[in-house]
Amino acid sequence: MDTGIEKIFEEFSHDQKGLIHILHRVQAECGYIPPQAISKISKHLRISEGEIYGVLTFYKAFTLKPRGKHTVTVCTGTACHVRGAPMIVDELKRKLSVEVEGTTEDNLFTLETVNCLGACALGPIVVVDGEYHGQMKISEVDKLIEKYKPEKKSEG
Amino acid sequence: MKKSISLEVFEEIRSEILKTRDTQKTCVTVCGGTGCHAYGCLIVSQAFKDEIEKEGLQKSVDVKTTGCHGFCERGPIVVLQPEGIFYQRVQLDDIKEIISETIKDKKIIDRLLYVDPKTKEKIIYEKEVPFYKKQERIVFGNNGFIDPTDIKDYIALGGYKAISEVLFDMTSETVIEEIKASGLRGRGGAGFLAGKKWEICREVPSDVKYIICNADEGDPGAYMDRSLLEGNPHSVIEGMIIGAYAINASEGYVYVRREYPLAVKNVTIALGQARKYGLLGESILGSEFHFDIHVVQGAGAFVSGEETSLMASIEGRRAFPKQRPPFPAQEGLWGKPTNINNVETWANVPYIINKGAEWFASIGTKKSKGTKIFSLVGKINNTGLVEVPMGIKLREVIYDIGGGIKNNKKFKAVQTGGPSGGCIPAQLLDSPIDFETLTKAGSIMGSGGMIVMDEDTCMVDVARYFLEFTQEESCGKCVPCRVGTRQMVDILTRITQGKGEEGDIERLEDLAETIISGSLCGLGQTAPNPVLTNLRYFKDEYEAHIKEKKCPASVCKDLIAYYIEPEKCVGCLLCLKNCPATAISGERKKVHVIDQELCVKCGACFDVCPPKVMAVSKVTGRKKRRVLKRSLEQRDRK
Repeated sequence: MDTGIEKIFEEFSHDQKGLIHILHRVQAECGYIPPQAISKISKHLRISEGEIYGVLTFYKAFTLKPRGKHTVTVCTGTACHVRGAPMIVDELKRKLSVEVEGTTEDNLFTLETVNCLGACALGPIVVVDGEYHGQMKISEVDKLIEKYKPEKKSEG
Repeated sequence: MKKSISLEVFEEIRSEILKTRDTQKTCVTVCGGTGCHAYGCLIVSQAFKDEIEKEGLQKSVDVKTTGCHGFCERGPIVVLQPEGIFYQRVQLDDIKEIISETIKDKKIIDRLLYVDPKTKEKIIYEKEVPFYKKQERIVFGNNGFIDPTDIKDYIALGGYKAISEVLFDMTSETVIEEIKASGLRGRGGAGFLAGKKWEICREVPSDVKYIICNADEGDPGAYMDRSLLEGNPHSVIEGMIIGAYAINASEGYVYVRREYPLAVKNVTIALGQARKYGLLGESILGSEFHFDIHVVQGAGAFVSGEETSLMASIEGRRAFPKQRPPFPAQEGLWGKPTNINNVETWANVPYIINKGAEWFASIGTKKSKGTKIFSLVGKINNTGLVEVPMGIKLREVIYDIGGGIKNNKKFKAVQTGGPSGGCIPAQLLDSPIDFETLTKAGSIMGSGGMIVMDEDTCMVDVARYFLEFTQEESCGKCVPCRVGTRQMVDILTRITQGKGEEGDIERLEDLAETIISGSLCGLGQTAPNPVLTNLRYFKDEYEAHIKEKKCPASVCKDLIAYYIEPEKCVGCLLCLKNCPATAISGERKKVHVIDQELCVKCGACFDVCPPKVMAVSKVTGRKKRRVLKRSLEQRDRK
């Protein structure tokens, strides 16, 4: 993993201009920004770790904690909002027993919201790992989550 | 070094491309916008390709995944050119039939046609569908004909003609004069005259200047910029090159939201192709003008749509806004003069150069020229992107193009301008859409989101939604914005919870005033707008929440209860089975009852109760209190 991160740096010069690009790449590579990465980026870009920490916590795209196996994203744009997205979020929170931005104990799901996906015709939308599920209903949430759980014998 | 492609060579390439094009050849165009993507359009277009190959029709039929057609409601959309036969909601099973019936036998498949809900008439051709009929698709017009990943499609339709005219027949002054004469105003929200902005930037002496395309389309419910960048990226790029020539910039940036992966992909491909064709880089088309464009992906911060914040973000810093003046045109990116415009503004530029300022100025109203793309979403029948001339009436957009309100509900308001805008009520439906009228109504044009709300939308909840949004997205630099929006959210939340107090409305107005006057950037200065316009037109809803503890639209969770009407319930067990809180009791064919103490108000029962039965209802105010009381009594009896 370490060598992976350093390889990313090669394309970027030693100044702050590349910071957000690098963070995007590290996030994509590792699924989060590991603490070791921050000090390495700091050395490469010649800016303080504090500055990097400030930038990465400012933007929603970066996380300091690893995510669950599946990311469940609910669009909470205005169109989805008036079509009942908040109730879908509530139902997911209940079903997964997590808050928004939280990860389930078994590390299977991370729940998040997004301001707008621009696919308003399909609202309310839930995206799981990039797959769109449009016109969601509260009664369909359970089924959707079950689909992503590892297969096990049903208990009856 | 690579030798640049001269204008002559480029025009030769164009005529070569045109030679290979047969306008009479059948072309299956599949809409490839994000909306249709979600419906599975890529599978549809691949299946078309496979099937056509299987039938050996490759020579007589082309298949193309194009940019967004706009009518997202009916995706996946397939249009058969050159006739323009419009098939909607096309599924995998339909493909064989389309090929054998329509392509081979020239027969129309009735089942796939769009039915006008008003006249019940089946419509064959795309241009006759009411959704498109009243539109004036200029900027958006080529989306349906272009494969955005193939520059040749754009060139075949006359693309990059404007840049050759600019480079070889116009000076930077005449370009700016032309744009100024057209009256083009920025499509990003504020509506500043584009030509004027360019002129200011051109006049600042500097060896380095920058051009930026703001594609950080953050307003929820607005997605026209994404569609343009996804569907016709070259028109945006051409616009930027023209702008760069006018102000003499050598470097440009497209700053795209990270939530738009397809836009990032398509614009990156387009830039690569433009470079290959000598349209970017050193000596563009053999001239002495050098210019190139880079893509920067946003990182999920709404405030980075604000111009000075956006530049901070490109520089790799936190997206904090800066005090203006100095304006970006004087001191922008890395302290250099920078001209920044929105995607739609850039996309308009090549058309103005090609067809002339006079033509452009003939569309629209006195002060708002040209067309504007709106995303018509929410409780509307025809969700989609519409391009209309400025000055069209709201009613025409919502009823004639949008097909009216979903499920025949009553129209309540249309929200424009995103979190900086406001809700326009029914009594203003006949107002023309232009910059000034919308501002006068208490809203703004914004980037073009139009979220339609019906009688089931609670205006206090909508205001709370927007304030929560701006509160969360406030960068925290200015105290009135950071703390003030938090206070407003707290008050609004209290009101929606039935804990509103006398004086809350005045407190909201007070806070709004402070936030507006004490914030540095547009985010704070406009954050209270949704509340202020709401109070202007829907004060009664606030008062109902505060005084009667009632949510007239039955939205606010704490003010409603779900109730099964005994005379309607058929005892089908559906709600009982779906209740996650096991709050419903009952037996087959016997009336079901909700235990209000256990109910979590998820709405699942309301959702699953069959439409024919409709026994579950939402009650609020006095009725709710009665239901609660009865439920408690029933409990005690047990």
